[in-house]
Amino acid sequence: MSTDRETILSHVRSALAPLPQRAALPDWEAELVIMRQARGNVDTWPLFAERLRGVNGTPLTAVADLVTLLEKGGWRHGYCDPVLWPKLAPAFPATFKVETVFDRTRVDDFQFGITRATGAIAETGTLVLTDAGTSGRLAALAPWVHVAVLSRADICVDVPQAVAALPRDPNVIWVTGPSKTADVEGILIEGVHGPGVQVALLLD
Amino acid sequence: MATQRIDQFAKDLRADTKAAVYDGSKKGHEKRTSVLFDHLPDANRLRVLAGEIKQHVVENLDTYLPQVEAALQANGVKVHWAATAEAANEAVLSIMRARGATKIVKAKTMVSEETELAHFLEKNGVECLETDLGEFIVQIAHDHPSHIVKPIIHKNRREIATLFEQNGLGAYNDDPETITRRARQHLRGKYLAADVGLTGANFVSAESGRLVIVTNEGNSRFCLAATKCHIAMVGIEKLLPRDRDLGLFLNLLARSATAQQLTVYTEFVSGPKAAAQPDGPEEMHVILVDNGRTTVLESDCREILRCIRCGACLNVCPVYRQASGHAYRSVYPGPVGAVLSPLLAGERFPELADLPKASSLCGACNEVCPVNIPIPDLLLRLRAKGKREKAPLAAVGSPPMGAWALLASQPTAWKAALFGGKLMNYLPTKLLPIPALRAWEAKRTLPAWRGGEFRAWLKNRPKK
Repeated sequence: MSTDRETILSHVRSALAPLPQRAALPDWEAELVIMRQARGNVDTWPLFAERLRGVNGTPLTAVADLVTLLEKGGWRHGYCDPVLWPKLAPAFPATFKVETVFDRTRVDDFQFGITRATGAIAETGTLVLTDAGTSGRLAALAPWVHVAVLSRADICVDVPQAVAALPRDPNVIWVTGPSKTADVEGILIEGVHGPGVQVALLLD
Repeated sequence: MATQRIDQFAKDLRADTKAAVYDGSKKGHEKRTSVLFDHLPDANRLRVLAGEIKQHVVENLDTYLPQVEAALQANGVKVHWAATAEAANEAVLSIMRARGATKIVKAKTMVSEETELAHFLEKNGVECLETDLGEFIVQIAHDHPSHIVKPIIHKNRREIATLFEQNGLGAYNDDPETITRRARQHLRGKYLAADVGLTGANFVSAESGRLVIVTNEGNSRFCLAATKCHIAMVGIEKLLPRDRDLGLFLNLLARSATAQQLTVYTEFVSGPKAAAQPDGPEEMHVILVDNGRTTVLESDCREILRCIRCGACLNVCPVYRQASGHAYRSVYPGPVGAVLSPLLAGERFPELADLPKASSLCGACNEVCPVNIPIPDLLLRLRAKGKREKAPLAAVGSPPMGAWALLASQPTAWKAALFGGKLMNYLPTKLLPIPALRAWEAKRTLPAWRGGEFRAWLKNRPKK
């Protein structure tokens, strides 16, 4: 491929050579892209919760509420990050079957997956998952319900802040609501390849 | 006068398809406008800024390409370069062969549409499956996408239900939710069985080598959660100078494409998975693809390389809304396609030389463009190119202007014609041989011809 490399770079150089000057790189203020609702002194959790509801996500502040939601949906078999499970287990009745290893040979057995979020963005209702903080990419994606457990201190206000805070992790994913499509006649359907129900559980 | 091809497409389009395309694109446009301006105090400033940043990248690719290569390699990514579509496809195949892999799952990438990757891999014995719902439907229908963001905007649910039935995906059911669930079930087995996941990239930061991949369905995330090897095919113009510029571009992309603040999944990938992470690729490749882009860079239309493939110009375009995407006979439809497709075609420019003419130059595409591409100007430059190169398709539908051009380019003949026009004042209009003209004239009085008077005034006016 080194020949293709040279071909491309020499074409680029000869295409740009005749330009009398190159366009300069403008600088810009982060303020420009912050939405109106996220300006000024912002209480991050209420804004995050409101924006998450706006994209059909579910913000929760108590483990008991999570148990109620799962029971109501009939989702009793799931996965939980082994680090989180000791904290959550006391609230789960014995009718639940929760595993702490996600077996990819039977992804459809897991109706919910509980993993940690390493951050969140208030103005967009976005959860931030990383390779370092998420116990399994599949466990956070394949089950119908994904529950991301979040600390208040990890919520940032806006997108520019979140970009500046991108960790040195090979994979960071921002999740904004349940998986969705409007490919068929523009009709919104949730739960395409990823979760149909996206929960953020605040746990301080 | 001969009909332009795009007009013929519009005429032949089924009424329900036309209605679907029209409604879909109109809704997309209206939603975009409200989201952009409700959320952001100075949305217009943002797109001008984004345009300046992308123009800077395009004009400094000689710096940024080696920079991004080094950044990617430092992240543990293998970098490949592909000057042509064939080279890009071959690169994918040789990575697959080196791994002994026979199955690949693929997220939506426009550059792989350009290279017809899926078709190439199938021919070479590789099972290649599209995973975006729309692209999957296009694949099983042996069709082509007709919109950059909404590939099956031209299909209705009944056609899709029939396709699913024919492909063993359950009995006929045209409920969109059922269709989606069936695709979910079918495709997750495929992800888990595949060895390689292929994606594009919406942006690549030259500073850190981070690839940004956005989807709503979560299909590219599934590719990167289930497979062991990640290949990203990236056009060489996809670079951004700094990570912080992502804050600006992510804010513009989703709003322009689907009127969302952010797409559901925005993934930042800078290398193979972390050691402690159980899922995801252990090996990552990036193929930097030219496939005609350096020719565009050389042309006087290089601004089109700013494009971030949001599809906003399609949604707003009165011609696209009537003709649909297939009328553009190329990977990129709509106003962006009318500029980009003939340029990327290279030596086959004459085959698409009519596309730059498929526009009333109303300018709506420029107004909505999140990177402020002056599309109408570029269309005019391409019309001139078509004329210069005497491409027959560039002349279809043009009124015959030969006699006019002859007259207008020779001052003596022009002056004589202006003076000669005075004779018209003495025409016996009541005796006009054409009945329609005679009827028109009977009710109206033609103003007197005053050709040449302005010139006489100009010549004799008192000079200071």
